Amino acid sequence: MTSLPTNQTNKKLGLVIDLDICVGCHACAVNCKEWNAGGHSAPMTDWNTYSGTETKNGEDSGAWGVWFNRVHTFEVGKGQESKTVYFPRSCLHCDEPACVTVCPTGASYKREEDGIVLVNPDTCIGCKLCSWACPYGAREYDETDGVMKKCTLCIDKIYNENLDEIDRIPACVATCPAGARSFGDLGDPNSDVSRLVEDRGGYDLMPELDYRPVNKYLPPREPQINVLDDGQPLSLVSMADNANQTEPSNNSILKWVDTILSR
Amino acid sequence: MHPALSVIIFTSLSGAGYGSLAILAAVKYFDFFTLNPLYGFFSSAISLLIVTVGLISSTTHLGHPRRAWRALSQWRSSWLSREGVFAVLSYLPAGVFCVSFLIPTPFNSIIDIICLLTIAFSLATVFCTAKIYASLKTIRQWNHLLVVPVYLIIGLFDGAIFLVVLLTIIDGLQFFQLNYFIIFLGAVAGLAKILYWWSIDSTQSQSSTSTATGLGSSNKSVSMLDAPTTSETFIMREMGFAIARKHSRRLRLITILTLSIIPIIIIFLMTQPIALVSPLVLGIIAIVFSYFGTIIERWLFFAEAKHVAMLYYGASKV
Repeated sequence: MTSLPTNQTNKKLGLVIDLDICVGCHACAVNCKEWNAGGHSAPMTDWNTYSGTETKNGEDSGAWGVWFNRVHTFEVGKGQESKTVYFPRSCLHCDEPACVTVCPTGASYKREEDGIVLVNPDTCIGCKLCSWACPYGAREYDETDGVMKKCTLCIDKIYNENLDEIDRIPACVATCPAGARSFGDLGDPNSDVSRLVEDRGGYDLMPELDYRPVNKYLPPREPQINVLDDGQPLSLVSMADNANQTEPSNNSILKWVDTILSR
Repeated sequence: MHPALSVIIFTSLSGAGYGSLAILAAVKYFDFFTLNPLYGFFSSAISLLIVTVGLISSTTHLGHPRRAWRALSQWRSSWLSREGVFAVLSYLPAGVFCVSFLIPTPFNSIIDIICLLTIAFSLATVFCTAKIYASLKTIRQWNHLLVVPVYLIIGLFDGAIFLVVLLTIIDGLQFFQLNYFIIFLGAVAGLAKILYWWSIDSTQSQSSTSTATGLGSSNKSVSMLDAPTTSETFIMREMGFAIARKHSRRLRLITILTLSIIPIIIIFLMTQPIALVSPLVLGIIAIVFSYFGTIIERWLFFAEAKHVAMLYYGASKV
């Protein structure tokens, strides 16, 4: 049934992604692929894997495939004030998932018990309309299987009783070396993740579209120290300028090195 | 959005087929002019055939065409499903309507009901097709008030031209009311498209890279520094289709000329006794132009649509 569940429980499993901590290593994306290529959504097909289609003038469509998690890099601000922010993006398991309601077959559904949005690969006809309805680009089509695939929040891991309790978290969360990803019940205001969102001003992506995503993002913190207060130069350019004006050192070894290098 | 040929053919053919069915049923119901039974049969049968070709074409872009029947199940929430349901249901009244021209029946009231059902289901199917696009909040150029009317008007317009041509072939007759109706529809279609283009050009999306990432503010711009992969992802292949502004201007002009202005002139010439060429030749030229215009119009409808997900992939606006 692609109508949204009417007796949805309060449980909303989801992720909180801290953009202040993320170092852009792509480990979440890789471990996601690793787990899911053998799980509920297997296989996660890749095409042109070895980029073997390179033409004489060097053009190549490149290797590509199904990934549930992608790490983008954004530049915020311009010039000296700019900041590089790594931005992992996956399904946000929205409360108003248009990807579910547009599905003509009922293959896309939102689970009553925990709010996870899934695709049933046995009934999906591969019309791709759900990917058009998703503003976050979270769904990717598997051309080989002919069905749409997406983040399952590692449903086959988080409820897996064969795993130790500590391992029952999504693969992306388990692997993040920086601890930038947290998993929990965002429907419970007292859960760790909800408190984190509360404390850090967690926000929704594209709130204007009203999809009401469950996953939240935490903003990068503002710098605590102004570099200028610390006596540090404003920029690399001024550092270089200053370097020109420094007097040659009196250290005889350095003088000798300088002579050798200046030859 | 990537313009998929199968979907362009489907929406244009089924629009024309349902358009002509609806007009034919209306002519019969309101008795605008007496329909030659042979003409009635052939034009409704060919319309159904056109619709069927369109529907089959639409299944070819599916990953699993043989599961297409499942698409009839979610009519409560999905416009695509509703379209499927109306498309299947419309065969019932339209089939009976078609056959009724061959088997004279004394039950005129039943034929009247069949006509009304044919009109309703034909228009409802085209309405649902347009709603699939118009209901997507992710694409500003589709989530627009004029999308549904334009789909309906162009469907009726193409269908009516087809009916006029068949009329000259089978009946050797002309009913100028139909020609005037086509001229009216063609003018409305052209004006609606101009208004639509003006509107999508002069409005802006609420969404930006700033809202998509939540990182921007009034004095901080956000732009993509690095894409997630070196090659194109599914999202970029499906939604990243972009068309140069220069080409889009030219194609818009071609659309207005071939969809609206040229067919209007030709259909008008058909009504003039002094016309140098036979009405049949004129009609066929009109069909070729209007269908070509419809294809270009549909292609542009996709090519000019910008999906918000592209904001994550370097689009500066959508």
